[in-house]
Amino acid sequence: MLAHKTQANDAARRRRYLKETFTAYLYLLPATAVLVIFHFAPVFYAFYVSLLDWNYISPNPAFVGIANYAALLQDSDFVTSLLNTVYYVVGTVPTSMAAALLVAILLNQKIRGLAWYRTVYFLPVITAANAVAIIWFWIYHPDYSGLLNGFLDKLGLPIQSWLLDPKWAMPCIILMSIWKGLGYNVVIFLAGLQNISTEYYEAAQIDGARGWSIFRHITWPLLSPTTFFVLIISVIGSFQVFSQVYVMTRGGPLKSTLVVVYYLYKIGFEDFKMGYASAMAYALFVIIFVLTLLQRKYIGSRVHYQ
Amino acid sequence: MNHVRTHHRPGTLPARLLRSVGIHALLLAGAVIMLAPFAWMLSTSLKDYSEVFTVPIRWIPSRLVWSNYVDAWNEAPFARYFFNSAFVATATTIGQLAFSALAAYAFATMNFFGREVIFTLFLGTMMIPDQMTLVPNYVLLFKLNWIDTYYALIVPWLGSVFSIFLMRQFFQTIPKELYDAAQIDGCTRFGYLWRVMAPLSRPVFITCGLFTFIGSWNAFLWPLIVTNTDRMRTIQVGLSTFMQEHGTVPTLLMAASTMAIMPVVIGFFFVQRQFIQGIARTGLKS
Repeated sequence: MLAHKTQANDAARRRRYLKETFTAYLYLLPATAVLVIFHFAPVFYAFYVSLLDWNYISPNPAFVGIANYAALLQDSDFVTSLLNTVYYVVGTVPTSMAAALLVAILLNQKIRGLAWYRTVYFLPVITAANAVAIIWFWIYHPDYSGLLNGFLDKLGLPIQSWLLDPKWAMPCIILMSIWKGLGYNVVIFLAGLQNISTEYYEAAQIDGARGWSIFRHITWPLLSPTTFFVLIISVIGSFQVFSQVYVMTRGGPLKSTLVVVYYLYKIGFEDFKMGYASAMAYALFVIIFVLTLLQRKYIGSRVHYQ
Repeated sequence: MNHVRTHHRPGTLPARLLRSVGIHALLLAGAVIMLAPFAWMLSTSLKDYSEVFTVPIRWIPSRLVWSNYVDAWNEAPFARYFFNSAFVATATTIGQLAFSALAAYAFATMNFFGREVIFTLFLGTMMIPDQMTLVPNYVLLFKLNWIDTYYALIVPWLGSVFSIFLMRQFFQTIPKELYDAAQIDGCTRFGYLWRVMAPLSRPVFITCGLFTFIGSWNAFLWPLIVTNTDRMRTIQVGLSTFMQEHGTVPTLLMAASTMAIMPVVIGFFFVQRQFIQGIARTGLKS
């Protein structure tokens, strides 16, 4: 009898589970359909396209195997775009993180006007990159009427032609990007700082620690999960820089600001070489993926959790 | 570098005052750098063309030329661009919030086959950079005949793992007993989401909604690729077209940029607290 009862219970439970599974799938369906069609499947489709020589309109694309990947390695513009992107990432990420950490520490001093400062620093983050790039385009104006040159001139320094100069164009884009992204990192660092329990500081003070040594031995290690998060997000984000380059330089002068995503855009949507663009997207994906893994392995292992 | 409450700190009043002045001096210097480009934009947008190139630079125009805005507005179909951006951002936000809430609700409250696997796969899609999907999505939209339509601007962005993740976290904090109680009162499963969970989860809806709206309003690369007529261009793409045609007239260009930036900036002042808190929360999650 008892066995019968449990069996019946089991069957009922299984029926309920099946019914709930069915219901859950219904709820998941809309979002899943969009994600699968526009985010998940494209990863596989892009790989297929990367094996083709195709302008997306022709009905019979030519299958070329790994030729696109082989061409990528031979393409000096691609190599240039990779190196430029690395230059951009290395120029942007550490500077932005250091500056953001400094601002966050200053904001964390129980000062007046915290909300006001935070809003001001955050303002560039919510404005469209292409729109602020237009402003900066005029800040970098090559004669004396440009804001930056006017400022340098007042200090008695020589003016530059900024975006027209292959030597200066990339630093200009880097500076604008730091300005634009700083507030985001500030907000995350500030949240991380506020998340550190005051007990640690009190204990350190009792032990006689002051200023720098508190930062070095308490703040820095306890903030490391946040720092790590900001690092990963920033590197991934910076590898995808596009709008600034599109608006300000179009990759020039002399390809000095040709970055990977801009090059991909040019190949895919100006030259319509879909196969080649896909191969490039794959290469970029792999690079970002490997970099993230490396960061997790070598830096992630030094992260301290409270 | 010291985070301890001030009354713990040794030091005389003047020393503390000096420290406070130093902190504010640094922060103000930074704030000026943050605001200067916007001030420069406004200033240039109100100048007479001849005054733009005067040396030394004049921050306050000798005469405010408001007609720059009228001229910019008439030079390109900005009304259409604005309408497109507003429509696309609103539709994307509403649709994405609805889709995400449904999915998050399933993940947070239901017990079903494959739940963990599916959730992990969802999180995995966050690793995929957007440019990976540019070519395949473009080809797909081309085949669907969706290029240069609202569908192209809205539909691909209706699924957001980020929103689903944040909502799920929030939904999980709502006690299960509430559901049992609601059920006794005859509340259906969907009714519970709509009438109980959603109102209780306002903060997370606001956070996700703001992210989506601003992201959509500011989107550039995707709308640039999938639109090719003024009928469908969003404000950001319209602005870039405008720059190509009027790049040498900084007054008009700055007036147009101001118009493109202002709605988000004004909106931001009303919701900045929720928005910044939302960002701060995502940082702590990881």
